[in-house]
Amino acid sequence: MLWHALTLQLGYNATLVTLGAMLLGVAAGVTGTFLFLRKRALVSDAISHATLPGVGMAFIIMVALGGDGRSLIGLMLGSAASAWIGLLCIGALTRRTRLAEDAAIGAVLSVFFGIGIVFLTFIQTMSEGRQAGLEGFLLGSTAGMLYSDAMIIAVGGALVLAAVIAFRRPLSAVAFDPEFAASSGLNVPRLDLIMMGLVMAITVVGLKIVGLILIVALLIIPAVTARFWSERVTGVLWVAGVVGGVAGYVGAALSAIAPALPTGPVIVLVLFAMFALSLLFAPARGVLAAVLKHLSFQKRVHIRQGLLALAQGQPIYEKLTLRLLQRAGFARADGVATTDGKARAAKALRDETRWQMARSREEFALAATFYDGLTEIEGVLTRDQINELDRLIGAPRGVPV
Amino acid sequence: MTPLELATSNGARLQNAHAGAALAIRGMTVSYGQKPAVFSVDMSVPVGSMTAIIGPNGAGKSTLLKAALGVIKPLAGTATVFGQPVADARARIAYVPQRASVDWDFPTRVLDVVLMGLYRELGLLGRLRGTHKAKAMDCLARVGMQDFASRQIGQLSGGQQQRVFLARALAQNADLYLLDEPFAGVDAATEKAIIDVLKSLRAEGKTVVAVHHDLSTVADYFDRVFLINTTRVAEGTVEEAFTPQTLQEAYGGRLATGQLGQTALGA
Amino acid sequence: MMGEEFVALSLTPILIGTLAAIACALPGNFLLLRRQALIGDAISHVVLPGIVVAFLITGVVAAVPMMLGAAGAAVVAVVMIEAIRRLGKIEPGAAMGVTFTAMFAGGVLLLEQSDTSTVHLDVEHALFGNLESLIWLDATGWSSLWDRDALAYLPVELPRLLAVLIVVALFTWIYWRPLKLSTFDEGFAQSMGIRTGPLGFALVIVAALAAVAAFDAVGSIIVIAMFICPPAAARLMTNSLGAQVAWSVLFATLSAVLGYVFAGYGPIWLGANNAVSAAGMIAAVSGVILAITAVAGPCRSRSGAPAEG
Repeated sequence: MLWHALTLQLGYNATLVTLGAMLLGVAAGVTGTFLFLRKRALVSDAISHATLPGVGMAFIIMVALGGDGRSLIGLMLGSAASAWIGLLCIGALTRRTRLAEDAAIGAVLSVFFGIGIVFLTFIQTMSEGRQAGLEGFLLGSTAGMLYSDAMIIAVGGALVLAAVIAFRRPLSAVAFDPEFAASSGLNVPRLDLIMMGLVMAITVVGLKIVGLILIVALLIIPAVTARFWSERVTGVLWVAGVVGGVAGYVGAALSAIAPALPTGPVIVLVLFAMFALSLLFAPARGVLAAVLKHLSFQKRVHIRQGLLALAQGQPIYEKLTLRLLQRAGFARADGVATTDGKARAAKALRDETRWQMARSREEFALAATFYDGLTEIEGVLTRDQINELDRLIGAPRGVPV
Repeated sequence: MTPLELATSNGARLQNAHAGAALAIRGMTVSYGQKPAVFSVDMSVPVGSMTAIIGPNGAGKSTLLKAALGVIKPLAGTATVFGQPVADARARIAYVPQRASVDWDFPTRVLDVVLMGLYRELGLLGRLRGTHKAKAMDCLARVGMQDFASRQIGQLSGGQQQRVFLARALAQNADLYLLDEPFAGVDAATEKAIIDVLKSLRAEGKTVVAVHHDLSTVADYFDRVFLINTTRVAEGTVEEAFTPQTLQEAYGGRLATGQLGQTALGA
Repeated sequence: MMGEEFVALSLTPILIGTLAAIACALPGNFLLLRRQALIGDAISHVVLPGIVVAFLITGVVAAVPMMLGAAGAAVVAVVMIEAIRRLGKIEPGAAMGVTFTAMFAGGVLLLEQSDTSTVHLDVEHALFGNLESLIWLDATGWSSLWDRDALAYLPVELPRLLAVLIVVALFTWIYWRPLKLSTFDEGFAQSMGIRTGPLGFALVIVAALAAVAAFDAVGSIIVIAMFICPPAAARLMTNSLGAQVAWSVLFATLSAVLGYVFAGYGPIWLGANNAVSAAGMIAAVSGVILAITAVAGPCRSRSGAPAEG
């Protein structure tokens, strides 16, 4: 079954939905990266929650106009309208009042969601509302999807992705450095508006599959995951697109074989698995790498400081320093330097003196800015320059270099 | 003093100096990420002195002060205040953080900010009495801000904010005053008011340490300097330690030696 | 509307809604000023997995294990957010987004996978709460308030929320000074020896406690709305922290009372027969209050604050 789902052999509708979810995932990953780099990730949470009153209102209006109220296109239009109003409210609250953006996001999110719930409970009392299935929009559901709905999702996903690709260059320029982008003639406020428009489009298309509570994960988690793998904007965009696409594909396929499960949570957990692996094991920024790097860095600092203390016959105050020196074979338990330690200590002190001399001479001013206590002087100055420093210091003989 | 002695910490001699110091820092290293901002710094501030911590931007001045106070956690090193660990000497320390480090839109009044200096004395639930308010008003008067007591703090100018912070430190009634850039971005009147207060503190036998960036006023305002550029460059009286050589060493190419004495750096 | 029926059917839901709203609004004030307003959002999402896990372990729907489970989930969430933020160097908003969506999704799936058909535990209940059902059938009128036998059948949520509100209020009162100082000037607070890290953590735990107790009765929408809207509206009314907290309590009370009344009686006034969601309506009223203060609050903008004195 699982294999059949992953290889798109579960029927036409399921295939359409799975492909749509994948395209949407790619679009969400890329757009989410722009949001993330602009430090506005949670605006998307407010946008998605703000769709609910629109869904309810659209249903009520369509019923009032004589329809059955379940047209996906109509509900999507309604959700887009109320999400837009929510976005305007956030803008108004942050610009016109002293409230910060996080408060505005939280207020819009909860109030719009509350209003949406009021509509939903009202709809449940309508005769047409009993089988409306609007609750499916909360957590996403692909069960019993009509061919037309599947088509809308596939086409919608493709359109959003096309729009993201069309705007990728100016949007990444703004995300990377808004001030530079503005100075090079890009209209930053308009591009921000386009970015929000894309976020809205993704939310609206994803509403049926992922659900409005969790669609925010599709926008945030791929970008955050990708950040662990690349330091460059293009790299992050690519990885985020792939992560979002994989999650959309696998999540929608899995839910096709387990129709009882809401789709949204499945997609989110696929995303989270990829995130957790990245957080722990990414080579440069992962937790494991960071812990190892910090420990080795701490060791370098303590050994360096310990060697300098040994060289000057000072007592070593910190136990950790002494332990590290001991383990490296530079000192005995009582704090007395070993032969090896003495040589290393002399070298450390000698380099420190060279740095000091470098700082006090104008011709070495540039090199001196590299000083941080740990950088090896040989990595900054040439052999000849170091000899020149030694001459200035008036080097005593016999100190190992 | 031979270069070798100047190079880093200097042992036994330093230990003696530490014994009577208002603030003594030993082997302090602080890093943000993988690069030390402060490396293996020793510092000894005599009781009753007025010390300027100077150095180029990013040299670790504020970082050193915060690490000494325990506001940021150092990678290595210790700090003592009047011979005690900092944690045991909190009541004897007053601190003036950088003005820009707080949210001035916070809903409170000037007098309330000064009263924060009395929180140690008041404890969690100690009653705020008229005497406390009178004390806070006195402190405001010392910095010339008594007329602003019930003003909302968001309405103050930069210089006024700085004076309020100083008044709060005065309310702490400490023996050691640590100030982070007290003259940054303030008007001339405020600068004068602040330095008058600091000098009166010294006259009362208090110890003052301030992160400072205006080289042209160092000699007028302070009696000791501590030059830092990641590590300690020089420390001593203004005559000893504030020389073209030490400045060259601290600032490198960023300061033409000839400008010394007239230039306000980075203001 | 003020007769016997009111005491039996409306008094307890209104009281429970009010207590829940105030319990959330109190810590919400500090979260707002610390730019951590969305912590309330995150906490309210992770309460669901906490409750589900507690149910799966104990097999019963009981208050104490569920509160513990939810509080545990809040702690896990806060630790995870901090870990992602620090270790991954990810901005707090995105770290929160990752954490609460993942935990909420996990909670939903656990719930769908486990057999909860015999107990009242489902996603919709978690989102909307069940304020309307918390009625006091043994009450026969106002006199029941002095009737020992009737009081014994008060909805258990009422005394529970009262207890939680007392804890929250005590925490706010006792730690008022450190909370105020560390929110305004963390560096100075640390220089005084206040352990701002543990204090901030305690604030989040207290907020979580309020969220858990309120969540059970009124659902997560009210929880998020009450963490943020009453304090935000209150901030636009005053420039004094004490007054802000007082305003937020007033606004929380107003939202709960008016919201419940509008939800119950509004549709009837409009000619419909059935009530709408009280939780949703309470959130909506708090939004209206925020909108009014945003347009007309005396201290709404940064520059236009009137001078006092």
